[in-house]
Amino acid sequence: MNLTDSTWAIEADGLVKTFGANRAVDGVDLRVAAGTVYGVLGPNGAGKTTTISMLATLLRPDAGTGRIFGHDVVKEPQIVRQLIGVTGQYASVDETLSATENLVLFSRLLGLGRAEAKRKAAELLEEFGLTDAAKRPLKQFSGGMRRRLDLAASLIAQPPLIFLDEPTTGLDPRTRAQMWDTIRRLVSSGSTVLLTTQYLDEADQLADRIAVIDRGRVAAEGTADELKASVGSSSLQLRLAEPRDLGDAQAAIERVLGVRATASPEAGRLTAPMQDADRVTELLITLREAGIHLTELSVQKPTLDEVFLTLTGHGVESDDSDDDASAEPQLEGSRA
Amino acid sequence: MTTATIVPGAERALKNHVSLGQTVRNSLSMAYRGLLKIKRTPEQLVDVTLQPILFTLMFTYIFGGAIAGDALSYLPFFLPGILVQTVITTSVVTGVQLREDMDKGVFDRFRSLPIARVAPLAGALLADTVRYGIATTLTFVTGYLMGFRPEAGFGGVLAASVVVIVAAWALSWIFAFFGVIARSAGSVQGISFLVLFPLTFLSNAYVPADTMPDWLQWFVGINPVSHLVTAARGLTMGTDVTGDLFATLLGAAIVVAVFAPLTVRAYMRKA
Ligand SMILES: Nc1ncnc2c1ncn2[C@@H]1O[C@H](COP(=O)(O)OP(=O)(O)OP(=O)(O)O)[C@@H](O)[C@H]1O
Ligand SMILES: [Mg+2]
Repeated sequence: MNLTDSTWAIEADGLVKTFGANRAVDGVDLRVAAGTVYGVLGPNGAGKTTTISMLATLLRPDAGTGRIFGHDVVKEPQIVRQLIGVTGQYASVDETLSATENLVLFSRLLGLGRAEAKRKAAELLEEFGLTDAAKRPLKQFSGGMRRRLDLAASLIAQPPLIFLDEPTTGLDPRTRAQMWDTIRRLVSSGSTVLLTTQYLDEADQLADRIAVIDRGRVAAEGTADELKASVGSSSLQLRLAEPRDLGDAQAAIERVLGVRATASPEAGRLTAPMQDADRVTELLITLREAGIHLTELSVQKPTLDEVFLTLTGHGVESDDSDDDASAEPQLEGSRA
Repeated sequence: MTTATIVPGAERALKNHVSLGQTVRNSLSMAYRGLLKIKRTPEQLVDVTLQPILFTLMFTYIFGGAIAGDALSYLPFFLPGILVQTVITTSVVTGVQLREDMDKGVFDRFRSLPIARVAPLAGALLADTVRYGIATTLTFVTGYLMGFRPEAGFGGVLAASVVVIVAAWALSWIFAFFGVIARSAGSVQGISFLVLFPLTFLSNAYVPADTMPDWLQWFVGINPVSHLVTAARGLTMGTDVTGDLFATLLGAAIVVAVFAPLTVRAYMRKA
């Protein structure tokens, strides 16, 4: 085992998975350093779950390689499984059993003795605040409780790498904050975490580095700051009264704010990254002088949609606006 | 976090294969899960509780008079037959439940754990022998209440039960295979009964074979279920059954040897 093997928790090179004619994952490269949190950000159907499934030995890649701490996911799956904990997007615990029974079962499967398994189960239930519900059937569990139990089950063997597929989707804000705390504690104890999310702020809060994936490809990769810098710290949204003023308005924004505004799929809407909210005044004066009328104006924190618009040149839902080269972000490892 | 710091991935000494001992331990843990599930959802036992009682009562009184003159003299011949029929029908449920189970999220976790690949299958099939045991017991108890007094006594009944359960376990690998390859639980049931009906009805389970046409007698003769029924009958009556017993166990071994690897391979390909 050489040095490079031990520095990377995950090395994925050109991973491909096709389902029929659909290239769900189309050449994904990832490098995740040990001891860090890595966020994979992408909209529905981007290929997040499929990528995780290949790295977690659940799906066989059609092409490319994946290595976990230097071990190939196809050639040494049994070793890889000893190094990972997987919390899938959908509950992967046994609905018919109680919380304790689930954790004892998984502990036993992982080679713990009877007494040891019971102790471990009790310890994890305590840690995840599920002790009161330990004996209740899972059918009566709320979404948040299920999610926590699911995560607890992934931690039994104290794996050095944990995959979390959309750990907070569907959770209320308070439960989400708790989940974030748990993830932070995990990392402080030495784990590496790869998490997928649809929310930029979640990746921002938790991840050391982020890969934005779209249609099975990595559209951009970098730290949260690098990504945000490419999108602006907030975004300016304008709706024009006359859609045919679009070109003039874009030119005005470029002149005043010094950034490129992207036209959204909806007619007459412009989105521009913005570092300094003060400059809006200046822009508004310029627009009025040019006789361009607005029906709507707002300044927002960048949403995933904006990140996408800026990074890939097309919106999350739209599949037709093909302007990929226009807004190429200057990020390390970008391969859109 | 109450846990100590985690051993880094690169510093762990790991093996890429699963030992036989671990395979057995994992399968037993999975069987334990199967038993917990039976305990949690006892309504799923309807088929192994009501069916044996109903079938035994019904068929004895329907066929008994016509075939053996009266119901009571039909019992020694018929009870082992209905036992085999009931327990084998029960083993179809194994495939159906396996399909339903595999569609659940928990199987994703099983696949991501460093356990023997065959364990979820082997465990499910092992736990189901409990169901066969219940069906066997209830069939004999119903028979006893109706006046069935086997010559070989309790020992014979016990031996017959074990043979039938072993055979049903072997056959359940066939249904498990359908369970793994089928798209839905409903279709598993469909294909399984297609296999099950010729096997159980084209046998000597209900009527002696000598009134059947020659070609049918030939099939009944080679049908492993016939050997199983004859062996079970002989064991309860205390007659010599070495040949049929051997044929039954050989048939069971062949079924397992063919279908266990097929099922495991199909299961792993799905994984
Ligand atoms: N088993 C499968 N068979 C066929 N197509 C699949 C399968 N799994 C995923 N896909 C397709 O592959 C694409 C990527 O799916 P994937 O589940 O990886 O996306 P995702 O990024 O996890 O999305 P979400 O945010 O909705 O979970 C989708 O178009 C999906 O329809
Ligand atoms: Mg997903």
